[in-house]
Amino acid sequence: MTDKKHDLIDQKLQDLNNDGVDRRGFLKCMAWAGTGLVWTMSGGIPVSRAFAKGMHQNAGKGGDFSFVQISDSHMGFNKPANPDVAATLQVAVDKINGLAKPPEFLLHTGDISHLSKPEQFDTVDQILKSASAKDVFFVPGEHDVLDDNGKSYLERYGKNAKGAGWYSFDKKGVHFIGLVNVLNLKSGGLGSLGGEQLEWMEKDVKGLKHSTPIVVFAHIPLWAVYPEWGWGTDDSAQALAYLKKFGSVTVLNGHIHQIMQKVEGNVTFHTATSTAFPQPQPGKADSPGPMKVPAEQLRSLLGITDVNYVLGQHSLALVDSNLG
Amino acid sequence: MTKRNMWVGVLTVPMMIAMLLLAGSSSVKANEQPATANAEVKIDNFSFGPQTLTVPVGATVTWTNRDDIPHTVVSTDGVFKSKVRDTDDKFSYTFDKAGTYPYYCSIHPKMTGKIVVQ
Repeated sequence: MTDKKHDLIDQKLQDLNNDGVDRRGFLKCMAWAGTGLVWTMSGGIPVSRAFAKGMHQNAGKGGDFSFVQISDSHMGFNKPANPDVAATLQVAVDKINGLAKPPEFLLHTGDISHLSKPEQFDTVDQILKSASAKDVFFVPGEHDVLDDNGKSYLERYGKNAKGAGWYSFDKKGVHFIGLVNVLNLKSGGLGSLGGEQLEWMEKDVKGLKHSTPIVVFAHIPLWAVYPEWGWGTDDSAQALAYLKKFGSVTVLNGHIHQIMQKVEGNVTFHTATSTAFPQPQPGKADSPGPMKVPAEQLRSLLGITDVNYVLGQHSLALVDSNLG
Repeated sequence: MTKRNMWVGVLTVPMMIAMLLLAGSSSVKANEQPATANAEVKIDNFSFGPQTLTVPVGATVTWTNRDDIPHTVVSTDGVFKSKVRDTDDKFSYTFDKAGTYPYYCSIHPKMTGKIVVQ
Protein backbone atom coordinates (compact mmCIF):
# COMPACT_ATOMS: atom_id res chain seq x y z
CA MET A 1 0.00 0.00 0.00
CA THR A 2 1.35 3.44 -0.86
CA ASP A 3 1.87 6.20 1.69
CA LYS A 4 -0.66 8.26 -0.15
CA LYS A 5 -3.26 5.59 0.38
CA HIS A 6 -2.29 5.40 4.05
CA ASP A 7 -2.80 9.11 4.41
CA LEU A 8 -6.12 8.90 2.67
CA ILE A 9 -7.29 6.09 4.91
CA ASP A 10 -6.06 7.84 8.06
CA GLN A 11 -7.83 10.96 6.98
CA LYS A 12 -11.05 9.10 6.24
CA LEU A 13 -10.85 7.34 9.55
CA GLN A 14 -10.39 10.69 11.21
CA ASP A 15 -13.49 11.93 9.40
CA LEU A 16 -15.36 8.87 10.46
CA ASN A 17 -14.34 9.26 14.07
CA ASN A 18 -15.35 12.90 14.11
CA ASP A 19 -18.53 12.55 12.21
CA GLY A 20 -19.74 9.19 13.43
CA VAL A 21 -22.38 8.21 10.92
CA ASP A 22 -21.71 10.72 8.15
CA ARG A 23 -22.98 8.97 5.03
CA ARG A 24 -20.63 10.62 2.59
CA GLY A 25 -17.67 9.79 4.79
CA PHE A 26 -18.66 6.22 5.03
CA LEU A 27 -19.36 5.93 1.34
CA LYS A 28 -15.79 7.03 0.79
CA CYS A 29 -14.71 4.23 3.09
CA MET A 30 -15.77 1.81 0.41
CA ALA A 31 -12.46 2.52 -1.24
CA TRP A 32 -10.97 0.42 1.54
CA ALA A 33 -12.11 -2.83 0.06
CA GLY A 34 -9.13 -5.12 -0.09
CA THR A 35 -6.99 -3.05 2.23
CA GLY A 36 -6.24 -3.77 5.84
CA LEU A 37 -6.98 -1.84 8.97
CA VAL A 38 -6.31 -2.32 12.64
CA TRP A 39 -9.09 -1.28 14.93
CA THR A 40 -8.67 -0.91 18.64
CA MET A 41 -11.54 0.05 20.85
CA SER A 42 -10.91 1.59 24.23
CA GLY A 43 -13.81 2.70 26.35
CA GLY A 44 -15.97 3.11 23.30
CA ILE A 45 -13.51 5.44 21.56
CA PRO A 46 -12.17 3.80 18.44
CA VAL A 47 -8.56 4.26 17.56
CA SER A 48 -7.50 3.06 14.20
CA ARG A 49 -4.64 3.01 11.79
CA ALA A 50 -3.95 1.38 8.51
CA PHE A 51 -1.78 -1.66 8.86
CA ALA A 52 1.15 -2.56 6.75
CA LYS A 53 3.35 -5.61 6.68
CA GLY A 54 4.79 -6.34 10.08
CA MET A 55 2.03 -4.70 12.03
CA HIS A 56 0.00 -7.80 11.76
CA GLN A 57 2.06 -9.67 14.31
CA ASN A 58 2.08 -6.71 16.68
CA ALA A 59 -1.66 -6.40 16.55
CA GLY A 60 -2.04 -9.81 18.10
CA LYS A 61 0.51 -9.39 20.89
CA GLY A 62 -0.78 -8.87 24.39
CA GLY A 63 -4.30 -9.83 23.45
CA ASP A 64 -5.99 -12.15 25.87
CA PHE A 65 -7.43 -14.21 23.08
CA SER A 66 -8.23 -13.92 19.45
CA PHE A 67 -10.66 -15.41 17.01
CA VAL A 68 -10.99 -15.23 13.25
CA GLN A 69 -14.05 -14.37 11.20
CA ILE A 70 -14.43 -15.96 7.80
CA SER A 71 -17.41 -15.47 5.55
CA ASP A 72 -19.17 -16.24 2.32
CA SER A 73 -17.26 -19.34 1.24
CA HIS A 74 -20.07 -20.09 -1.29
CA MET A 75 -18.96 -23.69 -1.73
CA GLY A 76 -20.32 -24.94 -5.05
CA PHE A 77 -19.96 -21.62 -6.88
CA ASN A 78 -18.04 -22.29 -10.10
CA LYS A 79 -18.55 -19.24 -12.30
CA PRO A 80 -15.72 -17.15 -13.84
CA ALA A 81 -15.51 -14.83 -10.81
CA ASN A 82 -13.85 -17.81 -9.04
CA PRO A 83 -13.98 -21.28 -10.57
CA ASP A 84 -12.30 -22.86 -7.51
CA VAL A 85 -13.81 -21.63 -4.25
CA ALA A 86 -12.54 -24.71 -2.40
CA ALA A 87 -8.96 -23.68 -3.19
CA THR A 88 -9.43 -20.14 -1.90
CA LEU A 89 -11.13 -21.40 1.28
CA GLN A 90 -8.11 -23.64 1.82
CA VAL A 91 -5.81 -20.62 1.35
CA ALA A 92 -7.88 -18.80 3.98
CA VAL A 93 -7.43 -21.70 6.40
CA ASP A 94 -3.69 -21.78 5.68
CA LYS A 95 -3.61 -18.07 6.41
CA ILE A 96 -5.39 -18.66 9.72
CA ASN A 97 -2.94 -21.43 10.59
CA GLY A 98 -0.07 -19.05 9.89
CA LEU A 99 -1.23 -16.32 12.27
CA ALA A 100 1.37 -15.44 14.90
CA LYS A 101 -1.26 -15.79 17.61
CA PRO A 102 -3.43 -18.82 16.94
CA PRO A 103 -7.13 -18.01 17.20
CA GLU A 104 -9.17 -19.84 19.82
CA PHE A 105 -12.03 -20.40 17.44
CA LEU A 106 -13.53 -19.34 14.12
CA LEU A 107 -16.75 -17.52 13.31
CA HIS A 108 -18.32 -18.19 9.93
CA THR A 109 -20.81 -15.47 9.06
CA GLY A 110 -22.78 -17.40 6.50
CA ASP A 111 -23.14 -18.37 2.86
CA ILE A 112 -21.14 -21.43 3.77
CA SER A 113 -22.60 -23.11 0.68
CA HIS A 114 -23.77 -21.68 -2.61
CA LEU A 115 -26.90 -23.83 -3.00
CA SER A 116 -27.48 -25.44 0.43
CA LYS A 117 -26.42 -28.83 -0.90
CA PRO A 118 -25.16 -31.42 1.61
CA GLU A 119 -21.99 -32.06 -0.38
CA GLN A 120 -21.23 -28.33 -0.36
CA PHE A 121 -21.53 -28.18 3.43
CA ASP A 122 -19.45 -31.38 3.61
CA THR A 123 -16.63 -29.81 1.60
CA VAL A 124 -16.52 -26.74 3.82
CA ASP A 125 -16.56 -28.85 6.98
CA GLN A 126 -13.74 -30.95 5.56
CA ILE A 127 -11.57 -27.94 4.67
CA LEU A 128 -12.20 -26.29 8.04
CA LYS A 129 -10.99 -29.46 9.78
CA SER A 130 -7.49 -28.48 8.67
CA ALA A 131 -7.72 -25.25 10.70
CA SER A 132 -5.70 -25.08 13.90
CA ALA A 133 -8.78 -23.78 15.69
CA LYS A 134 -11.21 -26.65 16.05
CA ASP A 135 -14.33 -24.80 17.16
CA VAL A 136 -16.29 -23.04 14.44
CA PHE A 137 -19.41 -21.03 15.20
CA PHE A 138 -21.77 -20.54 12.28
CA VAL A 139 -24.70 -18.38 11.36
CA PRO A 140 -26.55 -19.03 8.10
CA GLY A 141 -26.51 -16.92 4.98
CA GLU A 142 -29.46 -16.90 2.58
CA HIS A 143 -27.59 -19.42 0.41
CA ASP A 144 -27.57 -21.90 3.31
CA VAL A 145 -31.33 -22.03 3.84
CA LEU A 146 -32.60 -22.44 0.27
CA ASP A 147 -35.75 -24.45 -0.42
CA ASP A 148 -36.13 -26.02 3.03
CA ASN A 149 -36.40 -22.88 5.16
CA GLY A 150 -33.15 -23.73 6.91
CA LYS A 151 -34.09 -27.20 8.12
CA SER A 152 -30.96 -28.98 6.90
CA TYR A 153 -28.75 -26.10 8.05
CA LEU A 154 -30.25 -26.37 11.51
CA GLU A 155 -29.77 -30.13 11.63
CA ARG A 156 -26.11 -29.75 10.77
CA TYR A 157 -25.06 -26.56 12.57
CA GLY A 158 -27.83 -25.66 14.99
CA LYS A 159 -27.75 -28.40 17.61
CA ASN A 160 -27.27 -25.95 20.46
CA ALA A 161 -29.16 -23.11 18.84
CA LYS A 162 -32.58 -21.64 19.47
CA GLY A 163 -35.31 -20.94 16.94
CA ALA A 164 -33.98 -20.72 13.40
CA GLY A 165 -30.38 -21.05 14.58
CA TRP A 166 -29.61 -18.15 16.91
CA TYR A 167 -27.55 -18.59 20.08
CA SER A 168 -25.10 -16.95 22.44
CA PHE A 169 -21.98 -18.05 24.29
CA ASP A 170 -19.29 -16.58 26.51
CA LYS A 171 -15.54 -16.66 26.05
CA LYS A 172 -13.24 -15.17 28.67
CA GLY A 173 -15.67 -12.48 29.64
CA VAL A 174 -16.81 -11.58 26.13
CA HIS A 175 -20.44 -12.32 25.25
CA PHE A 176 -21.02 -13.53 21.69
CA ILE A 177 -24.43 -13.45 20.02
CA GLY A 178 -25.03 -15.26 16.71
CA LEU A 179 -28.15 -14.02 14.90
CA VAL A 180 -30.14 -15.26 11.91
CA ASN A 181 -31.45 -12.58 9.55
CA VAL A 182 -31.88 -14.52 6.30
CA LEU A 183 -35.25 -16.23 6.78
CA ASN A 184 -38.84 -15.15 6.16
CA LEU A 185 -37.74 -12.20 4.04
CA LYS A 186 -40.63 -10.02 2.95
CA SER A 187 -41.16 -8.85 -0.62
CA GLY A 188 -39.42 -5.53 -1.12
CA GLY A 189 -37.71 -5.79 2.26
CA LEU A 190 -34.25 -6.34 3.70
CA GLY A 191 -32.78 -8.89 6.09
CA SER A 192 -35.07 -9.78 8.99
CA LEU A 193 -34.54 -10.91 12.57
CA GLY A 194 -38.19 -11.33 13.52
CA GLY A 195 -40.06 -10.90 16.78
CA GLU A 196 -39.20 -14.24 18.35
CA GLN A 197 -35.48 -13.76 17.93
CA LEU A 198 -35.58 -10.16 19.15
CA GLU A 199 -37.46 -11.26 22.26
CA TRP A 200 -34.86 -13.93 22.91
CA MET A 201 -32.05 -11.42 22.44
CA GLU A 202 -33.55 -8.92 24.85
CA LYS A 203 -33.67 -11.61 27.54
CA ASP A 204 -30.23 -12.91 26.62
CA VAL A 205 -28.46 -9.62 27.38
CA LYS A 206 -30.68 -8.49 30.26
CA GLY A 207 -28.59 -9.89 33.11
CA LEU A 208 -25.20 -8.90 31.68
CA LYS A 209 -23.03 -6.19 33.22
CA HIS A 210 -22.72 -3.02 31.16
CA SER A 211 -18.99 -3.53 31.08
CA THR A 212 -19.31 -6.89 29.30
CA PRO A 213 -17.85 -6.63 25.80
CA ILE A 214 -20.42 -7.80 23.27
CA VAL A 215 -19.75 -9.33 19.86
CA VAL A 216 -22.77 -9.77 17.60
CA PHE A 217 -22.40 -11.72 14.38
CA ALA A 218 -24.92 -12.29 11.60
CA HIS A 219 -24.82 -12.71 7.85
CA ILE A 220 -26.55 -9.64 6.40
CA PRO A 221 -25.23 -6.34 7.79
CA LEU A 222 -27.12 -5.05 10.84
CA TRP A 223 -26.71 -1.51 9.56
CA ALA A 224 -27.94 0.13 6.38
CA VAL A 225 -24.92 -0.35 4.14
CA TYR A 226 -26.92 0.02 0.92
CA PRO A 227 -30.61 -0.82 1.16
CA GLU A 228 -31.02 -0.41 -2.61
CA TRP A 229 -29.14 -3.70 -2.93
CA GLY A 230 -30.76 -5.24 0.12
CA TRP A 231 -27.66 -4.64 2.23
CA GLY A 232 -29.29 -4.02 5.55
CA THR A 233 -31.70 -5.55 8.07
CA ASP A 234 -35.21 -4.20 8.54
CA ASP A 235 -35.45 -4.64 12.30
CA SER A 236 -31.80 -4.28 13.30
CA ALA A 237 -32.49 -1.01 15.16
CA GLN A 238 -34.48 -2.97 17.72
CA ALA A 239 -31.61 -5.41 18.26
CA LEU A 240 -29.13 -2.57 18.65
CA ALA A 241 -31.42 -0.82 21.13
CA TYR A 242 -30.93 -3.78 23.50
CA LEU A 243 -27.17 -3.19 23.32
CA LYS A 244 -27.16 0.55 24.07
CA LYS A 245 -26.19 0.06 27.70
CA PHE A 246 -22.98 -1.78 26.85
CA GLY A 247 -19.67 0.05 26.63
CA SER A 248 -18.19 -2.08 23.89
CA VAL A 249 -20.22 -3.63 21.08
CA THR A 250 -18.70 -5.10 17.93
CA VAL A 251 -21.00 -6.18 15.09
CA LEU A 252 -19.50 -8.56 12.54
CA ASN A 253 -21.27 -9.30 9.26
CA GLY A 254 -20.62 -10.79 5.84
CA HIS A 255 -22.90 -10.88 2.79
CA ILE A 256 -21.43 -7.92 0.91
CA HIS A 257 -18.04 -9.53 0.15
CA GLN A 258 -16.03 -6.45 1.02
CA ILE A 259 -14.72 -4.57 4.02
CA MET A 260 -16.82 -1.74 5.40
CA GLN A 261 -16.79 -0.16 8.80
CA LYS A 262 -18.85 2.28 10.75
CA VAL A 263 -18.70 3.51 14.31
CA GLU A 264 -21.86 4.69 15.98
CA GLY A 265 -21.57 5.49 19.67
CA ASN A 266 -20.24 2.40 21.41
CA VAL A 267 -20.90 0.16 18.42
CA THR A 268 -18.33 -0.75 15.81
CA PHE A 269 -19.77 -2.31 12.67
CA HIS A 270 -17.50 -4.30 10.43
CA THR A 271 -18.09 -6.47 7.38
CA ALA A 272 -15.67 -9.14 6.21
CA THR A 273 -14.46 -10.10 2.79
CA SER A 274 -15.55 -13.37 1.22
CA THR A 275 -13.26 -16.33 0.72
CA ALA A 276 -14.95 -16.95 -2.66
CA PHE A 277 -15.47 -13.85 -4.82
CA PRO A 278 -15.64 -10.07 -4.45
CA GLN A 279 -18.77 -7.99 -4.98
CA PRO A 280 -18.87 -4.44 -6.32
CA GLN A 281 -18.91 -1.34 -4.17
CA PRO A 282 -22.47 -0.14 -3.59
CA GLY A 283 -23.98 1.40 -6.68
CA LYS A 284 -20.79 0.91 -8.67
CA ALA A 285 -22.28 -1.82 -10.87
CA ASP A 286 -25.64 -2.79 -12.33
CA SER A 287 -26.15 -5.33 -9.58
CA PRO A 288 -24.45 -6.76 -6.50
CA GLY A 289 -23.54 -9.92 -8.43
CA PRO A 290 -20.07 -11.50 -8.36
CA MET A 291 -17.35 -9.14 -9.56
CA LYS A 292 -15.03 -10.57 -12.16
CA VAL A 293 -11.47 -9.40 -11.74
CA PRO A 294 -8.27 -10.57 -13.41
CA ALA A 295 -7.21 -13.93 -11.93
CA GLU A 296 -4.04 -12.47 -10.45
CA GLN A 297 -6.08 -9.89 -8.51
CA LEU A 298 -8.70 -12.22 -7.12
CA ARG A 299 -6.95 -13.26 -3.92
CA SER A 300 -6.18 -9.67 -2.99
CA LEU A 301 -9.95 -9.11 -2.77
CA LEU A 302 -10.64 -12.17 -0.63
CA GLY A 303 -9.65 -12.53 2.99
CA ILE A 304 -10.13 -13.20 6.67
CA THR A 305 -10.66 -10.99 9.71
CA ASP A 306 -8.55 -11.59 12.81
CA VAL A 307 -10.10 -10.20 16.00
CA ASN A 308 -8.06 -9.68 19.16
CA TYR A 309 -9.48 -9.02 22.58
CA VAL A 310 -7.38 -7.46 25.31
CA LEU A 311 -8.59 -8.22 28.82
CA GLY A 312 -9.20 -5.21 31.02
CA GLN A 313 -9.05 -2.74 28.18
CA HIS A 314 -12.31 -3.75 26.59
CA SER A 315 -10.41 -3.62 23.38
CA LEU A 316 -11.12 -5.45 20.21
CA ALA A 317 -8.60 -5.10 17.44
CA LEU A 318 -9.78 -6.10 14.00
CA VAL A 319 -7.20 -6.97 11.40
CA ASP A 320 -8.31 -7.75 7.86
CA SER A 321 -5.86 -9.59 5.72
CA ASN A 322 -6.31 -10.64 2.15
CA LEU A 323 -5.40 -13.97 0.61
CA GLY A 324 -2.94 -12.43 -1.83
CA MET B 1 -57.79 -22.66 -9.55
CA THR B 2 -56.04 -25.55 -11.22
CA LYS B 3 -52.39 -25.26 -10.54
CA ARG B 4 -50.10 -26.28 -13.33
CA ASN B 5 -46.83 -25.54 -11.71
CA MET B 6 -44.04 -27.50 -13.31
CA TRP B 7 -40.48 -27.54 -14.54
CA VAL B 8 -40.24 -27.07 -18.25
CA GLY B 9 -37.55 -29.72 -18.50
CA VAL B 10 -39.86 -32.36 -17.07
CA LEU B 11 -42.52 -31.89 -19.70
CA THR B 12 -42.47 -33.71 -22.96
CA VAL B 13 -42.48 -31.56 -26.05
CA PRO B 14 -45.92 -32.74 -27.29
CA MET B 15 -47.40 -32.01 -23.87
CA MET B 16 -45.95 -28.52 -23.95
CA ILE B 17 -47.27 -27.82 -27.42
CA ALA B 18 -50.69 -29.13 -26.54
CA MET B 19 -50.85 -26.97 -23.45
CA LEU B 20 -49.64 -23.89 -25.20
CA LEU B 21 -52.14 -24.38 -27.99
CA LEU B 22 -54.94 -24.84 -25.48
CA ALA B 23 -53.92 -21.81 -23.47
CA GLY B 24 -53.40 -19.74 -26.60
CA SER B 25 -56.73 -20.52 -28.19
CA SER B 26 -58.73 -19.79 -25.07
CA SER B 27 -57.04 -16.43 -24.70
CA VAL B 28 -57.93 -15.45 -28.25
CA LYS B 29 -61.58 -16.20 -27.58
CA ALA B 30 -61.64 -14.46 -24.25
CA ASN B 31 -59.73 -11.33 -25.09
CA GLU B 32 -59.57 -11.13 -28.83
CA GLN B 33 -55.85 -10.65 -28.48
CA PRO B 34 -53.11 -12.34 -30.43
CA ALA B 35 -52.23 -15.62 -28.81
CA THR B 36 -49.21 -14.90 -26.64
CA ALA B 37 -49.42 -17.81 -24.28
CA ASN B 38 -45.69 -18.20 -24.33
CA ALA B 39 -44.46 -15.30 -22.26
CA GLU B 40 -41.01 -14.92 -20.80
CA VAL B 41 -39.40 -13.11 -17.93
CA LYS B 42 -35.64 -12.82 -17.84
CA ILE B 43 -33.73 -12.44 -14.61
CA ASP B 44 -30.72 -10.21 -15.22
CA ASN B 45 -28.69 -8.16 -12.78
CA PHE B 46 -30.93 -8.96 -9.82
CA SER B 47 -34.09 -7.79 -11.56
CA PHE B 48 -37.08 -9.28 -13.34
CA GLY B 49 -37.59 -8.08 -16.89
CA PRO B 50 -40.12 -6.96 -17.76
CA GLN B 51 -40.98 -6.04 -14.21
CA THR B 52 -44.68 -5.98 -15.09
CA LEU B 53 -45.84 -8.48 -17.68
CA THR B 54 -49.40 -8.63 -19.01
CA VAL B 55 -50.59 -11.97 -20.40
CA PRO B 56 -53.92 -13.52 -21.44
CA VAL B 57 -55.70 -16.01 -19.22
CA GLY B 58 -54.16 -19.44 -19.71
CA ALA B 59 -50.73 -18.12 -20.53
CA THR B 60 -47.64 -19.94 -19.38
CA VAL B 61 -44.92 -17.65 -18.13
CA THR B 62 -41.36 -18.92 -18.06
CA TRP B 63 -38.70 -17.25 -15.97
CA THR B 64 -35.03 -17.77 -16.85
CA ASN B 65 -32.25 -16.91 -14.44
CA ARG B 66 -29.37 -15.39 -16.39
CA ASP B 67 -27.42 -14.22 -13.32
CA ASP B 68 -24.36 -15.86 -11.80
CA ILE B 69 -26.29 -16.07 -8.55
CA PRO B 70 -29.33 -18.24 -7.76
CA HIS B 71 -32.75 -16.65 -7.43
CA THR B 72 -36.31 -17.75 -6.72
CA VAL B 73 -39.70 -16.75 -8.12
CA VAL B 74 -42.21 -16.62 -5.29
CA SER B 75 -45.75 -15.29 -5.39
CA THR B 76 -46.35 -12.72 -2.66
CA ASP B 77 -49.82 -14.20 -2.12
CA GLY B 78 -48.68 -17.83 -2.07
CA VAL B 79 -50.03 -18.70 -5.56
CA PHE B 80 -46.76 -20.08 -6.94
CA LYS B 81 -43.29 -20.76 -5.62
CA SER B 82 -40.23 -21.95 -7.49
CA LYS B 83 -37.41 -23.92 -6.00
CA VAL B 84 -34.07 -22.18 -6.08
CA ARG B 85 -33.07 -21.50 -9.70
CA ASP B 86 -29.36 -21.39 -10.48
CA THR B 87 -27.81 -19.92 -13.63
CA ASP B 88 -29.86 -20.71 -16.76
CA ASP B 89 -32.48 -22.64 -14.77
CA LYS B 90 -36.10 -22.00 -15.67
CA PHE B 91 -39.40 -21.93 -13.85
CA SER B 92 -42.82 -21.95 -15.49
CA TYR B 93 -46.30 -21.30 -14.22
CA THR B 94 -49.58 -21.26 -16.10
CA PHE B 95 -52.05 -18.55 -15.15
CA ASP B 96 -55.60 -19.91 -15.42
CA LYS B 97 -57.32 -17.05 -13.72
CA ALA B 98 -57.42 -13.31 -14.39
CA GLY B 99 -55.83 -11.13 -11.78
CA THR B 100 -52.67 -9.42 -10.65
CA TYR B 101 -49.92 -11.64 -9.30
CA PRO B 102 -47.12 -9.83 -7.49
CA TYR B 103 -44.00 -11.89 -6.86
CA TYR B 104 -40.45 -11.55 -5.59
CA CYS B 105 -37.18 -13.40 -5.12
CA SER B 106 -37.28 -14.83 -1.60
CA ILE B 107 -33.47 -14.76 -1.43
CA HIS B 108 -33.16 -11.16 -2.63
CA PRO B 109 -36.49 -9.63 -1.67
CA LYS B 110 -35.63 -6.28 -3.22
CA MET B 111 -36.28 -8.07 -6.52
CA THR B 112 -39.99 -7.77 -7.25
CA GLY B 113 -42.22 -8.19 -10.29
CA LYS B 114 -45.84 -8.51 -11.30
CA ILE B 115 -47.82 -10.65 -13.73
CA VAL B 116 -51.10 -9.14 -14.85
CA VAL B 117 -53.47 -11.77 -16.27
CA GLN B 118 -56.47 -10.47 -18.22
